[in-house]
Amino acid sequence: MTWGQIAALAGLGAFHGLNPAMGWLFAVARGMQERSRRVLLTSLPPIALGHLASVAIVAAIVSATSSVVAANIVGIAGGTVLVAFGLWRLLSERHFRWAGMRLSNTQLTGWSFLMSSAHGAGLMLLPVLAATPVTSAHSGHMPPAGLDGTPLAALEGVAAAGIHTIAMFAAMALCAVLVYEFVGVTILRRAWFNVDRLWAAVMVGAGALTIALTA
Amino acid sequence: MTRWTPDPTFYPTPRDAAGAPAEQLAYVAAFDRTAQQPDAIAVIDTEPSSDTYGRVVGWTDLPHTGDELHHFGWNACSSALCPTAPHPHVERRYLIVPGLRSSRLYVIDTKDDPRAPRIVKEISPEEFGASGYSRPHTIHCGPDGIYVSALGNATDGGGPGGIAVLDHTTFDVRGKWEADRGDQFLAYDFWWHLTRDVLVTSEWGTPDMIEDGIDPELLLGRKYGHRLHFWDLTKRTLVQTVDLGDQYQMTLELRPAHDPTREYGFVGVVVSVEDLSASIWLWHRVNGEFAVTKVIDIAAEPAATEDLPPALQPFGAVPPLVTDIDLSVDDKFLYVSCWGTGELKQYDVSDPFHPVEVGSVHLGGIVRRTPHPSFPDERLAGGPQMVEVSRDGRRVYVTNSLYGSWDDQFYPDGVGAWLAKIDVAGTGGLTLDPRFFPHGDEFRGRRVHQTRLQGGDASSDSYCFPSA
Repeated sequence: MTWGQIAALAGLGAFHGLNPAMGWLFAVARGMQERSRRVLLTSLPPIALGHLASVAIVAAIVSATSSVVAANIVGIAGGTVLVAFGLWRLLSERHFRWAGMRLSNTQLTGWSFLMSSAHGAGLMLLPVLAATPVTSAHSGHMPPAGLDGTPLAALEGVAAAGIHTIAMFAAMALCAVLVYEFVGVTILRRAWFNVDRLWAAVMVGAGALTIALTA
Repeated sequence: MTRWTPDPTFYPTPRDAAGAPAEQLAYVAAFDRTAQQPDAIAVIDTEPSSDTYGRVVGWTDLPHTGDELHHFGWNACSSALCPTAPHPHVERRYLIVPGLRSSRLYVIDTKDDPRAPRIVKEISPEEFGASGYSRPHTIHCGPDGIYVSALGNATDGGGPGGIAVLDHTTFDVRGKWEADRGDQFLAYDFWWHLTRDVLVTSEWGTPDMIEDGIDPELLLGRKYGHRLHFWDLTKRTLVQTVDLGDQYQMTLELRPAHDPTREYGFVGVVVSVEDLSASIWLWHRVNGEFAVTKVIDIAAEPAATEDLPPALQPFGAVPPLVTDIDLSVDDKFLYVSCWGTGELKQYDVSDPFHPVEVGSVHLGGIVRRTPHPSFPDERLAGGPQMVEVSRDGRRVYVTNSLYGSWDDQFYPDGVGAWLAKIDVAGTGGLTLDPRFFPHGDEFRGRRVHQTRLQGGDASSDSYCFPSA
């Protein structure tokens, strides 16, 4: 991975972490419900774990296949999926209900996994995972080229998901603690920007970029 | 289309909601008992500085007759901020309006011109019947859809009654809510403790037990509902049933605490067959199970036989008939309608186990017929019935019709139509607003049932975040 890729993965992670729908608000609600900061803090790792699982599946598949199959086919196909998914998210107003409010940590991880997957969080990493290695083939990415197409390449995808999730976790924890300790949930009324709509637009853009870079 | 920021009428906590601006308009369900004219949604001006304050300023006739409008609700509310399935960028703009008799539902848009709401969708009785239910009653905006309680099955006017779910955005009927209903058979009201994954339902009767009027044999035979059911909101299964005792006939309105960390609520019982009293009960958790405790008793009032309608003459007394209750958003005051004796009572329920009566207003009543102070010569029929409380808790609205065929039994010379507004003092105490009393011909021959306030009210929203 290049430093550019790492920065992009981390940036997208922070973007995902900021979205109240991805988990930090759930952590705040659980903390407020039990009047316990500890409940808030212990809710964060299961949420991050679910997000990691959702993103890692996509990332591992993309990384493992990107050299087995011709990279640009993965890029174009992936980009097309991304544009379609983004448009669907943009145009559909459907929302999901995965669970109630009182969840075990395992259920919370499952909730986060499903929420991230439904929002296509992993797909958003496609331009970073699929396109960049092709265009920056000579700029010295870290793992040796010989790993491409082997199971070890999938590990690179998992590593990418890990970097992404660390950034996501940091952003999520910051939001949760700030709102719980200092700001209060009333801020949601003004500041809860329609991230889903922006998110969908980002996906369409990322998909188009992926196609453009790989074709 | 969704918004960029949350709908401004959504509030994360009850305290935030209590700080909401005062309502400018009220929507009132109006129905024609004779089914000759269409039922309607009447729009009332509630802005005190307006020239038309307290007057009917809008009127939307429905396309059919005989619906019998009753309760209705908003398409979306503060529960959209709940973190499990957040969707706070939808708009609170549609009223979901069921016909209790016809089983037809209307979706009415209040956004473009709030004084001239427009019907945008109609759900036929057959479409609603696909859920397995008929006679839609209570509407609540749920976290994953719009919940509609219904009194009967879709085939023969019997039970079971239950809950159907409508899609949040298309309003299509998604189907029956219950996955396992146990022995629950009678239905009426429902609400929930959202953050505890608990749904509560109450019991009235199946359509064939109520549509031709209250049946004295069923009542004295203790056949109307007298139980509460507690459900797992996410698994959709019945968890626990509590029986108040079969003398307590008709456990109707459910008012759970708005504070999401609290797990108690109030239910009104219409009448005890032992002494015609009415009562209010509190449900609460004891060692993990729900228990129900009677916290308010309201006695019947003796009356001369000749002052009573035929249905009550054998008893020589007026039952209070508690037909609706409402809890302020701050969970401090409980309002109790005594439709028989013509009184609205206000209780301080800061300690929910020990309510203290702090206010009372008389209007109408089977025997009293108390007039409104601004129209002292008009003896009023009906009594305070459906109660709605503003989000800030300062204003209470009451309408006077109970249910077409039951109105006729208790007020056989005509129930009339009126909507009164009552101002609430900060520490309790009720005063009728002399400037606000739309009644009689202003409602064009219709009777008036539930009121909904623009932007939400005490019985329309649920909250996932505690106040502090």
